[in-house]
Amino acid sequence: MEESRRSFLKIAGIAAFGLSAIPAIDIFASESSKKAPAPAPDFSLTENSKALSAKRWGMVIDTRKFKSEKDLEHIMSVCHSIHNVPNMTNKRHEIKWIWSEEYPHAFVGDENEYLSEKLAHTPIIVLCNHCQNPPCVRACPTQATFKRQSDGIVMMDMHRCIGCRFCIAACPYGARSFNFRDPRPFISKTNLEYPTRMKGVVEKCTFCVERLAIGKIPACVEASNGAIIFGDLENPDSEIRKLLKNNFTIRRKQHLGTGPSVYYIV
Amino acid sequence: MLELAIKGSKKYYAWIVVLLVVITMGFATYLLQLSFGLGITGLSRDVSWGFYIAQFTFLVGVAASAVMVVLPYYLHHYKAFGRITILGEFLAVPSVIMCLLFIIVDMGQPMRALNVILHPTPNSVMFWDMIVLNGYLLLNIVIGWKVLEGERNGVAPPSWVKFLIYVSIPWAVSIHTVTAFLYSGLPGRGFWLTAILAPRFLSSAFAAGPSFLILLALLIRKVTNFDPGKEQIQSLAKIVTYGIIINVFFFLCEVFVVFYSQIPEHMDHFKYLFFGLKGHGILVPWMWTSFILMIVAIILLVNPVTRKNEFVLAVACIAVFIGTWIDKGLGLISGGFIPSPLHHVNEYIPTGQELTITIGIYAIGFLLITVLYKIVVSVKEEVRA
Repeated sequence: MEESRRSFLKIAGIAAFGLSAIPAIDIFASESSKKAPAPAPDFSLTENSKALSAKRWGMVIDTRKFKSEKDLEHIMSVCHSIHNVPNMTNKRHEIKWIWSEEYPHAFVGDENEYLSEKLAHTPIIVLCNHCQNPPCVRACPTQATFKRQSDGIVMMDMHRCIGCRFCIAACPYGARSFNFRDPRPFISKTNLEYPTRMKGVVEKCTFCVERLAIGKIPACVEASNGAIIFGDLENPDSEIRKLLKNNFTIRRKQHLGTGPSVYYIV
Repeated sequence: MLELAIKGSKKYYAWIVVLLVVITMGFATYLLQLSFGLGITGLSRDVSWGFYIAQFTFLVGVAASAVMVVLPYYLHHYKAFGRITILGEFLAVPSVIMCLLFIIVDMGQPMRALNVILHPTPNSVMFWDMIVLNGYLLLNIVIGWKVLEGERNGVAPPSWVKFLIYVSIPWAVSIHTVTAFLYSGLPGRGFWLTAILAPRFLSSAFAAGPSFLILLALLIRKVTNFDPGKEQIQSLAKIVTYGIIINVFFFLCEVFVVFYSQIPEHMDHFKYLFFGLKGHGILVPWMWTSFILMIVAIILLVNPVTRKNEFVLAVACIAVFIGTWIDKGLGLISGGFIPSPLHHVNEYIPTGQELTITIGIYAIGFLLITVLYKIVVSVKEEVRA
């Protein structure tokens, strides 16, 4: 997909150059001088030099640092506003990329009857786990959802999705939302730097691929005041690996073998 | 042979007009859904598949059940079924077409449907389902048509048709197996995550399909000069009897595993369906009705005295059909999504618009059955005269 987009942009760039060169060629023709033409500018796409890269992106969420629902609300609203996530009035049509759950719902099957007082009242922030072995990718009949080989992010191609919702059935974390109707009227302030979606397609958290590409960390991480740590799980010297080494962490529904990339310190 | 479909009585035309009206209503409602989105249905973030996908699943079973008349005739040379194999094949064709229509109306972006072919993805069960369903449709159209044409002209169908018939037997099993695999391979859905799902699908299909065929056969005998035959109906009744008993047996196997192991992820779905969960249980009366209907049907079908009485048999067939329809058409999908993977209980109730579209698709199916059976019956009457 990425490859075809790249080649399309290349061709489009060459075509644009060709068109823009017509007046210049005309000038040369009329002057009939023997000036050498300027070297063709390079229109090929190169990665932003500031882009962040990793072998496998991952996240550690330190739930101890969240005191109340309020701390989470800020994080969620930042994510939802920059990604044009609509605020649907009908609960059935709800769309969410990152949200909070109570412990027994976030960690179904791992709940204790007698949960520590603190944990029982700590809201747990949940989002797409960007699984190592994602069942949604396995289920998708068009590869509209796919795992990016370079860094393990599970992405969505909104232009290819047929809206069959097989991925929603396949996801054991309820991370995916479907546009049951045109979402645009429900976006309070559209961020023009990020696309909006249309009715009939599935969407979810993308680990902020668009921000990583220009050297920024994911919005939720930035807004979390250090409660969410983001980094390369395959780099033994990364901050995230040090955290994992020094703390006991759990992942959601580990027994399913999906290999979530989001870890929790509880 | 198509010309036979347009030479009918006034009653035949009246019935077709009724169906066309229902189809038009369904289509108009679908246009509404197309412009607004699937928001006009009762579906939600938690229950993201509903009535459409449930009907699709049920009808795959009806389609697959054609094998129950084809197999005894062609593999066991059970001559009596020669009269009715065509009825099975021409029941399969409208059923698969309805299945495909239900998939299309369930899509958020139906105009992108061809992406499934443009970007073939063998790791997706949906891809294989597309292949087996379309293949099965094609097989049954060609086989049914060629066999009937041969019958009309008093010659045996070409030998390559025989080959296609043999292919169609395992193919019928494949369509319902692959359809079950859509559900049973998903890691977070305890209700479907069971190896018995495909066998259960097949057993309920082999009960529901032939029971519907019996009802159609009784109807044909009543309204036309073609009699599908007493022996044929009784043989079908035995197939229904085995089918429904095996279906209930498989269901009880599942119930044992789920309730004896007491693993909540698997048990909570059954609790929701049969007893209600966290104060929610709109499907509870439906599920018990389904179970009771199947048990009553077994009692009526096992006893030869009641089974041989065609009126009682018809009642038993209706019980089987409704019972299995509730099981698959209502319980199967909702039950898998409730409770949600995060263990929330958000119920699902189809909307009126959703039901109108559903009924519209069923009307298309009935229209196709009517036309195809009209051709069959006309040929049979012609040959006899």
